[in-house]
Formats: sequence, C-alpha cells, structure tokens
Amino acid sequence: MSAHADTHAHDDHGHHHKETFMTKYIFSMDHKMIAKQYLITGTIMGVIGILMSMMFRMQIAWPEEPNVLFEALLGKWAPEGVMDADIYLALVTIHGTIMVFFVLTAGLSGTFSNLLIPLQIGARDMASGFLNMVSYWLFFLSSIIMVISLFVEAGPAAAGWTIYPPLSALPMAQGGSGMGMTLWLVAMAIFIASSLLGSLNYVVTVLNLRTKGMTMTRLPLTIWAFFITAVIGIVSFPVLLSAALLLIMDRSFGTSFFLSDIFIQGEVLHYHGGSPVLFEHLFWFLGHPEVYIVILPAMGLVSEIMASNSRKPIFGYRAMIASILAIAFLSTIVWGHHMFVSGMNPFLGSVFTFTTLLIAIPSAVKAFNWITTIWKGNLQMNPAMLFSIGFVSTFITGGLTGIILGDSALDINVHDTYFVVAHFHLVMGISALYGMFAGIYHWYPKMFGRMLNKNLGYIHFWITAVCAYGVFFPMHFIGMAGLPRRYYTNSNFPLFDDLANVNVIITVFALVGGVVQIAYLWNFFYSIFYGKKATQNPWKSTTLEWTTPVEHIHGNWPGEIPHVYRWAYDYSKPGHDVDFVPQNVPLKDGEEELQH
Amino acid sequence: MSTTVVTTETEGKTWGGGNEPLKASYGKMMMWFFIVSDALTFSGFLAAYGFSRFKFIDAWPIADEVFTHVPFLHGQELPMIYVAFMTFVLIMSSVTMVLAVDAGHHLNKAKVTLYMFLTIIGGLIFVGSQAWEWATFIKGDFGAVETKGGNILQFVDAEGHRVALRDFVVAGEHERVQQERKNGLWFVGEGSLPSYTVEDVIHGFEANDNLLIRTQELTEDGQKTVLSRAESLKQLKANGKLVVEGANLQHNEYGSPLFADFFFFITGFHGFHVFSGVVLNIIIFFNVVLGTYEKRKSYEMVEKVGLYWHFVDLVWVFVFTFFYLV
Repeated sequence: MSAHADTHAHDDHGHHHKETFMTKYIFSMDHKMIAKQYLITGTIMGVIGILMSMMFRMQIAWPEEPNVLFEALLGKWAPEGVMDADIYLALVTIHGTIMVFFVLTAGLSGTFSNLLIPLQIGARDMASGFLNMVSYWLFFLSSIIMVISLFVEAGPAAAGWTIYPPLSALPMAQGGSGMGMTLWLVAMAIFIASSLLGSLNYVVTVLNLRTKGMTMTRLPLTIWAFFITAVIGIVSFPVLLSAALLLIMDRSFGTSFFLSDIFIQGEVLHYHGGSPVLFEHLFWFLGHPEVYIVILPAMGLVSEIMASNSRKPIFGYRAMIASILAIAFLSTIVWGHHMFVSGMNPFLGSVFTFTTLLIAIPSAVKAFNWITTIWKGNLQMNPAMLFSIGFVSTFITGGLTGIILGDSALDINVHDTYFVVAHFHLVMGISALYGMFAGIYHWYPKMFGRMLNKNLGYIHFWITAVCAYGVFFPMHFIGMAGLPRRYYTNSNFPLFDDLANVNVIITVFALVGGVVQIAYLWNFFYSIFYGKKATQNPWKSTTLEWTTPVEHIHGNWPGEIPHVYRWAYDYSKPGHDVDFVPQNVPLKDGEEELQH
Repeated sequence: MSTTVVTTETEGKTWGGGNEPLKASYGKMMMWFFIVSDALTFSGFLAAYGFSRFKFIDAWPIADEVFTHVPFLHGQELPMIYVAFMTFVLIMSSVTMVLAVDAGHHLNKAKVTLYMFLTIIGGLIFVGSQAWEWATFIKGDFGAVETKGGNILQFVDAEGHRVALRDFVVAGEHERVQQERKNGLWFVGEGSLPSYTVEDVIHGFEANDNLLIRTQELTEDGQKTVLSRAESLKQLKANGKLVVEGANLQHNEYGSPLFADFFFFITGFHGFHVFSGVVLNIIIFFNVVLGTYEKRKSYEMVEKVGLYWHFVDLVWVFVFTFFYLV
C-alpha cells in the first residue's frame, strides 16, 4: 500500500524536481547515484588493498632488504627501508579485510545490486531510498574508520582477517591488538549494519516492486544472484556481529568467552573457561557464506554478460537458479572445513567434508552451463566478455583445488600453506574481481552514459589475466612444498631456500598485474568525462535497463514503467528480424514464450 | 502490433509482478527480514552459551539455587517466582500489543491508545524487574571462595543448607593494597576489595565445626558435591585464593565465570532490545495520540512495532528457557 503511494511520488519526481549538489551527488537517495558512490568508494579501497599486497609481496621476494618504497610509505615501520615483521602482519590483515568486505562485498554487491535491481525488474527506485542512502553512508563511515586504523601509533589490526583470539582478544598481545583492533571491530560492526540495511532493501525490492509481467522466472539471473546474496547476508552477517560483540566484551570488559588459562610474563590472567574454538565456529558461520556473498553477484553478472555477448539464450536458466539456491543453502552448513586442524572431532570433520564436497555439484552445473552458453555462439569478444570468460576459467581452476581442500584428510597436509592462499585467491578473489570488471565494462554506459575505451580494456584484461595466473599458479606448488602463509620471511628455513626464486617470479607478476590496473583506472575516470557517448542499448541486450534513457532521470522511465512479456534471454529467437527481443516487447501473434 | 489487447499473461497471478506477492508492504517485510537477522544474532549468542555450558556440563551452577529472590520477601528462598512474574508481564504486554494492532485495523484510536499504553507499562515493568534482578545477582547472597584453579567453594552446614560468609567470618585487621595500574599490575586491576580475606574465612571456618565445603562439581543426581570436614579444610587452605561476593564479569560466587558472563551479556542484550522496543512504542504511542495514523487511515506502524515487540518476547522465551529452566 505504501509502496503504491511511493510509486506516485516518484512519478511526480520524474517531471519536476529541483536538485541541489548535495541532494544529487552527496546525500542522494537515487539508486543509480548510490551505486556509483559504492563503486567509487570500493575502487579507492581496492587501490589501497592492492598497494598493500604489492608491498608485502616485495617483502616476501626480497626479505629484509632495504626498499625505498617501504621507507616512503611505511615510515617508522620500515626503519631504513627494512620492513618490520609487525607491519607485515598488519598489511596482510588489512589487505584481506579490505578486499573481502570493502571491495568484493560492498563494492561489488553494493554497486550492482543498487544499479541493476530497480532497473532490471522495472521499478522507479529501491523500496526505501532513505535506508539505501543510510546504508551507503554507514559503509563510507566504516571505510573511513578502517583507513584511520592504519595510522594508529601501535599499528593497525594484525591478527589476520579472521581475527582469531587470543591475538584479537588481549589488547596487550601484539602491537595491533590494541587500538588498531578496536577500530577494526568498530568499522566491521558499522559495516554489518550497512550491509544489513542494503540487504533488506534488495530483498523487499525484488519481492514487491517487480513490474507487471516480471515473474520470478522471467527475472535476469543477475537479479536472482543479488536476491539470494542479500538473503545470505541477512542470515550470516548477524552471527559475525555476535562474535564481534562477544570479542569486544572479552577485550574491554574482562569476560572469558574466548579465553582461558592465559599466562603473560609469568602472571596468570583471570580468564577462565572460554574457548577460542568457539570464536572460530561463530566466525566461520559468517566467514564461509561470505565467500558466496562475494562470488554469487559475480556469477549473476557473468551469466548475463555471457548470454548477451554470445547472442544466445543462457543455457539451463532454471538449473542456474536452482544451483544458486543450492549453493546458498549449502554455504551455511560447511563452515567447519576451515577448522579441520582446530582440534575438532574428526567425525565432525568428515561430516563437513561431505557437505563441502556437495557444493561441487551446483558449482559444476554453473560452470558447464556457462560453457554451453557460449558453445557455438556468435561471440562478441569485448572486454566484458573476456573478463567473463576469465571468470569461468579462474573459477574452475580455483574450484578444483577446493575439492582437495574440502577433504579433511588432504587439507591437513596443506593447511595454512600457500596452497590455501592460491586456492581462495583464484576462486573468490580473482574470480569475483573479474566478475566486477566484467560488470563495470558492460554497464559503464548505463552508469555514466559513455563508453569505456575498448583497446585499453583489452590491454587491461590480457595483462591482468596473465599476471593473475602468473601469481597464483606457482603458489600452489610452493604451498605443496610446505611454505606456510603469513610468515614475513622464510630466510631462516634452509628447507625453503629453493623456493626463493619462485617467490621472486610471483612478486614480479604481482607488481606488473598491480601496475596495469592504472590503465583501467585511467580508462574509468577519463571516460566519465571524455568517453565516447553511449547509445541507449550499446550491447543489444534484452533486459529492461536498456530501455531507460541514457541520461539518468529520477524514477528511471520518463513515462510509464514498461510491462514485461517474455523472459530475459530471447537472443537469436527464430521468427524475429533482430537477434534480440527486449523483455518489454509483447509476443507476436502466434509467438510462444520460450519454454525455459 | 495487432489490435488485440496485449497481455503479459501473468495477470492475476501471485508472482506475476506489479503486486505484493506476500500481501505485505515493503516496510512490513523489511521488519520481518530484520527480525530474521536479529534472531540469528541471538542464535549466535545462545549457541555460544550452549557450547560453553556443555563444556562445563558437570559444574554449571544450578539456576534454582541462584534465582531465589523476590522483592519485599527478603530472606525467603522462592526459586523462579520472580522471573516467572517477569515473563508473565512480558507475555501479557504482547497480548495488549495484539489488541492494539487489532484496534488499529478497526481505526479505533481510543483503544489503540489504551492498549499501546498498557504495552509500554508492561515493557517498563519488565526492564525495571530485570534491573532489580541484575542488582540482586551482582550483590550476591552467601559469598564464596575462589580457588587457584578458578573453581568456586561454597559453604554449607551439616544439613546441607547454604551458609553466608557474613554469618561465620569476622573481618580481620588486614592491610591489603588494592591492585591498580599504578602499582604495576596494570592488566589485573581490581574494582573493589572483598570484605574478607581468605585467612579470615579460614579462621571462621576452623571456629565453626559444623561447616562443610561444597564444590561446583555436580554429583550423579544433579546436586553439588559436599566435601568431608577434613577435605574441606584441606581444600580451603591449599587452594583458596580469593573471596568472592556476588558477581561481576571476572568472578562470581555461583560458579564458572562464564555463567555470569553469559547471564549479563545475553539478558543484557535482550534487555537492550526490550528497552529499544519501549522507546519505539513510546514514539508510536505519541503518533497515535497526535492522530498521525488516524489521518493516514492506517495503523500499519503500530503493526510494525508490534512485530518487533512479539519478536523480543519470543526471544525472552528462549533466554528464559536456557538460563532459568534447563
């Protein structure tokens, strides 16, 4: 009922609405502007995260060697250019946190859910523009706090992005356990609130604001992916909040939830009875679904881009939806596979092995469906399509090692080695980044009304793709050779001397891969102002966002919202003059909707 | 295009788009999904509680012996009576909330006002009772001695009745410096000193022949283990470390520190929810009185805070079950 009232309000907005700079660009309630805000904030955080990874890669390749860059960027943390061990741990911690939460959760899901949900389902805006704005500004605030924590005197949080106690629970445990850790927790608590508000909006918008004719099985797969991602977020983030609140109690108020029998310098602390394994359970109940929060939106984007650029209907539309649902369900019952060596019952370990390996089934369904979608398609090899293919490639490569790690008997051998690092970077890091890049190249004309430079896109893709494999492929082997993760140097272990050269090669690839992102950044910001003007439907796609005017207006469609008569993938349908039929085109006389 | 009327072929279908498939406005659904999320936060806490309690399954304090106090009935052991009253009040406030929502459907402003008011009163009684419950819990009753291993020794007479420290211990003339940051022990600073030292307790214990010590270990029939006189003395002298009166987040006289930690944290988190609920209810109450919803011809806001209020009640049922009953 009130949604109805809102629709009318928006109709009015479309015609006469004076906007100031503040309401249009800063405190905007328009989903398209909020999407751009998310994207640009996420990009800035991404640059910070990637710079950090380049720094600690240099440290691993050339340990304890003076480096002008360290001296310039790290100051007192790199006396005479030699990186301090504490700051290495802090860099790894903050890199992980920023990339997982601020770039690949908020930056990816926040950007594209906001941009595409109203546009693709045919809605004037999100259900609650106000909450959407609050959600963004909470995200912004939490980003600021996370960045501020880098400048804390004793150092930023350094307990790893998983912040296991006691490193995170005892303020005196290490430099970063004090104020740095406190700010980390505050930033994450605000982030969780932001994510919750965003997710509530996405879910109810998809449920209530679909235009006439937009049934659930006519929705583009992007929307299904965002919808289920939001549901997973609603279910799993609050448990991280529980863990964070209990941790704050332990840190600041002396409770013993996660601590027991601790001695420091001969003094016995009062903590009695708690268990750090409890924290691991609570953390990974979020932590595992989190990787699907990261990867599902990328999957949705890639499905859409692949169908459009193959000029073919997506293969196995319903199987795609079913596999998203299956992944979402399974994601909540596999967290134990992160804890095989935590001392938990081996029988429980085998249960988690079983549920974990089940995820291979829906994942394989998706991978095969993407391959069969492009099979014999009329492929349009633009940068978005290349990144989508790259996504499928890294998802398969990283997914296969997931089967190894999901098996407790095998995992114990490579636990906490670079094998794990290689696995999750390929399957969720690089894959999700590719999905994000694909989405940006594809929907840039919708966001900014201009086109990105294609040639720079090709350079960006190919160098990134070579470097990503150059970094993470050898990493599997040094992991299998036993090299542990999170060590700031391995020069004390003669065992690993042979691997030093491999680490140099990895670092060189990482540096080149990092630097080439400048091409993308330049392309992105230059094209906002000087890119080629976009046409209304540059990719000849079928979905509703391409029926809106290039110039953004409040309320999205100048007239009535289009009705929907067909599913989202009528590409190359026989009996039509063009190879795509948008969703708002009614069926011809005698035409039947494709059974999908 | 032909002249026939174009249809989306989904007209009238529940999920056909352009409607509200679950027959709920977006605001109401947001409240539902928020409740799902909040329920999972509580699940996280209760799962952590279960995990920790199971770890100390043989030594967890017996709730019937801890929550025995009722205001104005000092000194009587009335297990669970007061918390039952609190629960009853909270559930009745849910009933009045239902009546308020129902009156809202009939646009009956006077009745909505009345029932919202009663709901707020119920909520305030609950929060107030919880404050009293906390105060009693913090103050404690009998006192106990904590051992070096962090276990709690309580005192009973020959019949097994609890004996309070103040009944047999005489405070000695001890000069003990309160541990503070400034005397070097910066990470174990104390809030306040207990009334007695362990030596005082040992003296008092030796002077009273009929006293025995009860450990926190549970016997097979679910009662606490009572030691013999000789063993009691030995335990007290060898392991007694600290006199504990009442409860705080580090020590409590009832048993494992986790018992008090979880009690404070989970009932506190729930109390915070009730308090927020009361504040929301008051805001909505004033909107009702001012006629905001009368003008809007819809009392849906009352329904939304009602959802939240029922949720808070439901959570209490679980908290009550896990802390007081099981």
